[in-house]
Amino acid sequence: MANENTFDLIIIGGGPGGYVAAIRAAQLGGSVALVEREHLGGICLNWGCIPTKALLRTAEVFHLMNNAGDFGLEVKEVAFDIAKTVKRSRDVARRLSAGVKHLLKKNKVKVFDGHGRLDGPGKVSVSAGKKQTASLTAKNIILSSGARARDLPGLEADGKLVWSYKEAMVPETMPRSLLVVGSGAIGMEFASFYRTLGADVTVVEILPTILPVEDAEISALARKAFEAQGMNIHTGATVTSLQKAAKNVTAVIDLGDGKTSNLTVDRVILAVGITGNVEDLGLDGTSVKVDRGHIVIDQWLQTGEPGVYAIGDVVGPPWLAHKASHEGVICVEKIAGLPDVHPLNTANIPGCTYCMPQIASVGMTEQAAKDAGRKTKVGRFPYMGNGKAIALGESDGMIKTIFDAETGELLGAHMVGAEVTELIQGYCIAKQLETTEADLMHTIFPHPTLSEMMHESVLDAYGRAIHF
Amino acid sequence: MPIEILMPALSPTMTEGNLAKWHVKEGDTVNAGDILAEIETDKATMEIEAVEEGVVGRILVADGTEGIAVNAPIALLLEEGEDAADLEVPSASAPPPPAAAESAPEAQPTPQAPAVPATPVPPPSPSAEKGDRVFASPLARRMAKQAGLTLDAITGSGPHGRIVKQDIEAALAGGITAPSAAPLPPSAAAPAAAMVEASGMPAYVEVPNSAMRKVIARRLSESKRDAPHFYLTVECDIDALLSTRKKLNERSPGEGPDAYKISVNDFIIRAAALALRKVPAANASWTDEAIRLYQAADVSVAVAIPDGLITPIIRNADGKGLAVISREMKDLAGRARTGKLMPEEYQGGTFSVSNLGMFGIKDFSAVINPPQGAILAVGAGEARPVVKDGALAVATMMNCTLSIDHRVVDGSAGAEFMAAFKALIEDPLTMLL
Repeated sequence: MANENTFDLIIIGGGPGGYVAAIRAAQLGGSVALVEREHLGGICLNWGCIPTKALLRTAEVFHLMNNAGDFGLEVKEVAFDIAKTVKRSRDVARRLSAGVKHLLKKNKVKVFDGHGRLDGPGKVSVSAGKKQTASLTAKNIILSSGARARDLPGLEADGKLVWSYKEAMVPETMPRSLLVVGSGAIGMEFASFYRTLGADVTVVEILPTILPVEDAEISALARKAFEAQGMNIHTGATVTSLQKAAKNVTAVIDLGDGKTSNLTVDRVILAVGITGNVEDLGLDGTSVKVDRGHIVIDQWLQTGEPGVYAIGDVVGPPWLAHKASHEGVICVEKIAGLPDVHPLNTANIPGCTYCMPQIASVGMTEQAAKDAGRKTKVGRFPYMGNGKAIALGESDGMIKTIFDAETGELLGAHMVGAEVTELIQGYCIAKQLETTEADLMHTIFPHPTLSEMMHESVLDAYGRAIHF
Repeated sequence: MPIEILMPALSPTMTEGNLAKWHVKEGDTVNAGDILAEIETDKATMEIEAVEEGVVGRILVADGTEGIAVNAPIALLLEEGEDAADLEVPSASAPPPPAAAESAPEAQPTPQAPAVPATPVPPPSPSAEKGDRVFASPLARRMAKQAGLTLDAITGSGPHGRIVKQDIEAALAGGITAPSAAPLPPSAAAPAAAMVEASGMPAYVEVPNSAMRKVIARRLSESKRDAPHFYLTVECDIDALLSTRKKLNERSPGEGPDAYKISVNDFIIRAAALALRKVPAANASWTDEAIRLYQAADVSVAVAIPDGLITPIIRNADGKGLAVISREMKDLAGRARTGKLMPEEYQGGTFSVSNLGMFGIKDFSAVINPPQGAILAVGAGEARPVVKDGALAVATMMNCTLSIDHRVVDGSAGAEFMAAFKALIEDPLTMLL
């Protein structure tokens, strides 16, 4: 090796795409440099998936305590401490970030703190502030710089009254009322968290359904559950302006039916989309192409520039940590020339939303299958038909499966209800292995578990459900 | 004395084969029925089983050895009580006993079953090339079954070469664009193709060669290279044949085992076989020592199958009526498309017929199917102006071109055959004689 700053692979960005790619490359015997400007583990671990799950766990326990009587328990004076709740969430994130640091060290990945950018072919410069702190060389470079919340004109987060996900995760006081703009996974998780802790929550979604990427039937069931919890939901509506006062914000909401409504809330959370971190990566003068805020790649994650790859959120939706990690592994294995590397199959990427009730899905929605001209068989099984769900006190929810009527291919699976995010992997395996309905029917599901509903839903698609 | 395991003849006409792969190694204990090795013939890969138990003492022919004569020893099996010291044997380099067919031209060249090898031969196992199992996802299996594809023709792109949905879709979409050297066009189904992009090169797909593809390439190149082809074309008026066919088919019982539906091709098979009987010189094969004049007219008929083509045989077609030929042909073609032919059903014909008339081809010249001496290429029947009794008339005409190996058949004998064939076709009643 020419010098200590020459590597086989440099990775810019230490999120779930970058650090996983770094460890995989190290496993394959490569020397790897990882450049991270803020936190190892990226948004996912520090400001996304993990800390929100910690918060939502608090909300869930709080909800159970408030309903302790249902379980024959007596709990007096249930209360929460928002500062401690936030502290727990931050502690969880810190612990895992330290864990990533340890993993990288164990795998002899050299971590450079600072902002990385391309600096000529095969070169990356690292800077802290305005000062260059290192110049690195490698034949292959992976960009995994991630993404950030998108602002809309007139709807910019100020970090005080109008929050992005970041401020929403570390509230100093509990807002009494809250407007959530955007009903994707991020918006609904915060809406659910704050609603469960007692805030008045209003959700505004421009599209006709909440959780727009989900199956319409699942989305409708979720909406019903949220509304039963007291959430106000406006779909097909837009927030046209936000007027900030000293301690609150007044939003003008175009309800889409010609009516507008004014709503004054303590805080607003903007969750209207994601845009890739493509700025200041040194892409100018390279053949790396950027399209609508995301780097353009081929199926092997290669950009237009030889030796430069991109993975994760910066290459576009779905903006999911597990997608980024998987891309990282594919990219590194392809660079290493491993045989038997396969491109990512987007039809097999699961999506999970951790609100109450949870939502999880993989593959085509019923509408998408219809639009694709597939003849389908659709199975449904309700939570109220499942023994374990009743015992848990979680009798709301449904598991829906969609099969190709001709081939028995599992086109999609969609779930709403308790613990569905832990269940969906079963269908992911089924899809990855390309099982048909026959294999799923022949599989023995343990009793009593929620997973039995996965079996029953498949049976129902063929008119064979036993327990409903 | 160690038991010699001999190269089996997998079909009556097989003279040599390739040892694709051993499933056992020296020192392995085998029981009767265990798979010992995979043998590759012209068109199939088959497994050979142990008939006796013992320990594999020595493997005489390595994996991948080609052109091993039938009945040559390929391995030695130690019986109970024997050990390596008993392996005093002809080494692999010792010339194996030449196959009967090559040593001396037989007085009776009609393919009669020679001494059956000691090893029982299981039916063709198309998947054997990849091992005992074809790895395919349940979805891929079902889609292949629904589409009538055999999995062995498909290259898997999934983990560890597993055949997955996209491979079936690629096969169904037909990735092949290259013209085929074969006398029949490849069917729409093709092995999975991988898109290849290389700078400076036009985009192309690479379709891995199946065993069958390789055989087609090898045999037809050999034929065009070694056999001096020449071609004779006749135009046949088939109006009488069409009307005879119509009358015959009208007499078929509507259903039941005796029902038949005779095709033009069935007439052609019978006419060719009868013409071969009339002109035996055209029913012949070249060997370096002698010209083989076949005593039977076994007509190979080219059938397109998903990954190439195969030539099932109507044996003694000159002695079979049209209904029998028609029924046999339907059965053979059906099983050919599902990969279920036995080797003796497609190996060892004496003459071939290839018909592209159904594709609207007017006429074409086919490549001789070695070691045969001739192949008849049949075009479409179409209405054409003809001169009859000095006046212009319209008749349904069909062009037939005979490709002949000039080493075996000279021009006059070829012409004589074609004249006999044309006479039979144009006056189908004479086929009854």
